[in-house]
Amino acid sequence: MADLAARGETPEVLFWVGCAGSFDDRYKRVTRDFVRILDHVGISYAVLGMEETCTGDPAKRAGNEFLFQMQAMTNIATLDGYGIKTIVTACPHCFNTIKNEYPALGGNYEVIHHSTFLQNLINEGKVKVQGGGAFKGKRITFHDSCYLGRANNIYEAPREVLAALDADLVEMKRSRANGLCCGAGGAQMWKEPEPGSKDINVERAEEAIGTGATIIASACPFCMTMMSDGVKSQNKEDSVQVFDIAELIAQAEGLNG
Amino acid sequence: MIHTIAFLLVAILGIGLFVWQIRKITRNINLGRDKDISGNVSERINAVLLVAFGQQKMFKRPWPAFLHLFVYVGFLVINIEVLEIFIDGIFGTHRAFGVLGPAYDVLMAVNEVLGALVVVACIIFLVRRNVTKVPRLTRGPEMRAWPKMDANVILVTEIVLMFALFAFNIADQKIAQLNSTELPGTFPVTASMVNLFGSDLSSLALIAGIGWWVHIIGILAFMNYLPSSKHFHIIMAFPNVYYTKLEPKGQFSNVESITHEIKAMLDPSYVVPPAPEGAQPQKFGAQDVEDLSWKQLMDSYTCTECGRCTSVCPANLTGKLLSPRKIVMDTRDRMEEKGESPLIFSPAHYKEESERVKATEERTLLRGYVTPEELWACTTCNACVESCPVNIDQLSTIMDMRRYLVLEESAAPAALNTMFNNIENNGAPWAFSPSDRFNWANDLYTVSKN
Ligand code: SF4
Ligand code: SF4
Repeated sequence: MADLAARGETPEVLFWVGCAGSFDDRYKRVTRDFVRILDHVGISYAVLGMEETCTGDPAKRAGNEFLFQMQAMTNIATLDGYGIKTIVTACPHCFNTIKNEYPALGGNYEVIHHSTFLQNLINEGKVKVQGGGAFKGKRITFHDSCYLGRANNIYEAPREVLAALDADLVEMKRSRANGLCCGAGGAQMWKEPEPGSKDINVERAEEAIGTGATIIASACPFCMTMMSDGVKSQNKEDSVQVFDIAELIAQAEGLNG
Repeated sequence: MIHTIAFLLVAILGIGLFVWQIRKITRNINLGRDKDISGNVSERINAVLLVAFGQQKMFKRPWPAFLHLFVYVGFLVINIEVLEIFIDGIFGTHRAFGVLGPAYDVLMAVNEVLGALVVVACIIFLVRRNVTKVPRLTRGPEMRAWPKMDANVILVTEIVLMFALFAFNIADQKIAQLNSTELPGTFPVTASMVNLFGSDLSSLALIAGIGWWVHIIGILAFMNYLPSSKHFHIIMAFPNVYYTKLEPKGQFSNVESITHEIKAMLDPSYVVPPAPEGAQPQKFGAQDVEDLSWKQLMDSYTCTECGRCTSVCPANLTGKLLSPRKIVMDTRDRMEEKGESPLIFSPAHYKEESERVKATEERTLLRGYVTPEELWACTTCNACVESCPVNIDQLSTIMDMRRYLVLEESAAPAALNTMFNNIENNGAPWAFSPSDRFNWANDLYTVSKN
């Protein structure tokens, strides 16, 4: 972004990569695939690169309002400094925080989650998944992220993106508003679960595997980690894979070869 | 005359007692912090129509929803009859609404059919609670003796009230038959039972009288029982849904005092707006009921103890201690301990402790009722909020207590403190160097972008 600004250019959208998208090895692949899609459709975009810092979501959910607001105000200063108006992100937590919680602190942007963004690209015909190709007839189930679904009422966008793949979409019993959490939200990602009888991600992975799907699609970095671990705990990692919706689109478009 | 005086005495006593209790409850709710919840009137009224009147969220589970609908509509319609009872009681009339003619026929018919359905529904509900023991209604550390008894008391009372109504109608019809007078109304349920109580006029009059009195005293007693019971939701559901949070569920409240503090820190010229006159310096987050907002306290009076929230809570489903219903019920218990108890209720009912939840002796909501272990198990997934038929925001109460633990006591689990440190030092919740943030682009097309 700094380079663009130095050239006096403003991008159409700012891609907010997020900490998981920047540091988590698995989710870095999603970041790259999403960027490939952006390049493919020729949208002008920028990333903050090293100027990006945590939105503060995990701090806020863990109760550390002070740290959250520090992070938020730092980010708002950066974003406003570049005159950013539109932000797209592949993380529902970043999406929710910037969209819903930054305005109270003075940060007002149009924030789009990549599921909605991809849905628009498909609807506009900019991404044309040719006859499904690799995914035709494959059984895919979508796991709702709490921060996309219940938190922001986005249930259809990721499903419409998957529908473009011409695959065999199956729903878990608990889906959409009744979807079961993967277990990572509320800063659980960074701590051990409290004592209990089972891990939440195992419960959810069992349900997903129970649909007979060979691909579990998600749209959140933490869901991805939790579902992958859950699948592993059932020793099913050879037959059931977890992919982000952006990866599936990139694959179908032959972008990540 | 004596009848009228007796009725007036009973009615005034019953209503007066109820008003007295409502005032206590209002004072209890006002223990909470001020919170401005206003505006969006049409959206709010819409929510009341859909969720409270329309029972929208009940229909996620159609089978209990239909049964509940009978009891609910029965309650609404039977209220019209209560009005008639009042008029008859005060003016010594008999079935005063009979002048409505055919409309009264319909009203009485609907009334009786609903009455019968209420009895059926209540019996099924009793079975679900006591015989088949539906887990969400019976299990969990919060489902102690009092809440269990409370539910049964209500169901049995409703059945008794309906039978009193039927007895009154049967005797009344037989009396009219014997006197060859015209009785207004049609009675599809009891018409075939007119001979049930024989044909002795004086004992029939007695039965009709008892039926009438049991019904009205029963209703007044029931009304006064409400404030001690989960059944208070039949009143509280309406205001509580009206004051529903309209923002997206993912939007957590902003702590404004912290905003001022940080702005002042970043910009020394920033002037913190003065606190309103006489305002107490507030704690960060919630340790006790007075640190919660009045809406969160109102939530706790609205809870139907149905357990829908707990039955969808991922933490509870996987054996963690957390139960969102318990958080709401604990808030009510603590509020009544700290504030005032209504007529029957006393938090002492709750003093039996469950084996796993070991609260300390501290007399605050946090630790005295709710343990940190419960709070830290929450994934903030909003499943509880989504499931609640009366739009309670369990999560906001959990979050406010978490805030207290972190901001006032620095009592977060060690792993979370590490996460906080990482964010502070590296700008990411993991211990990665900020200079590596852009590395994902290194091998994008083997040439880096931008
Ligand atoms: S938000 Fe917390 S309490 Fe509510 S259902 Fe989810 S984990 Fe349970
Ligand atoms: S909080 Fe709502 S869902 Fe939970 S028990 Fe109470 S009424 Fe039922």
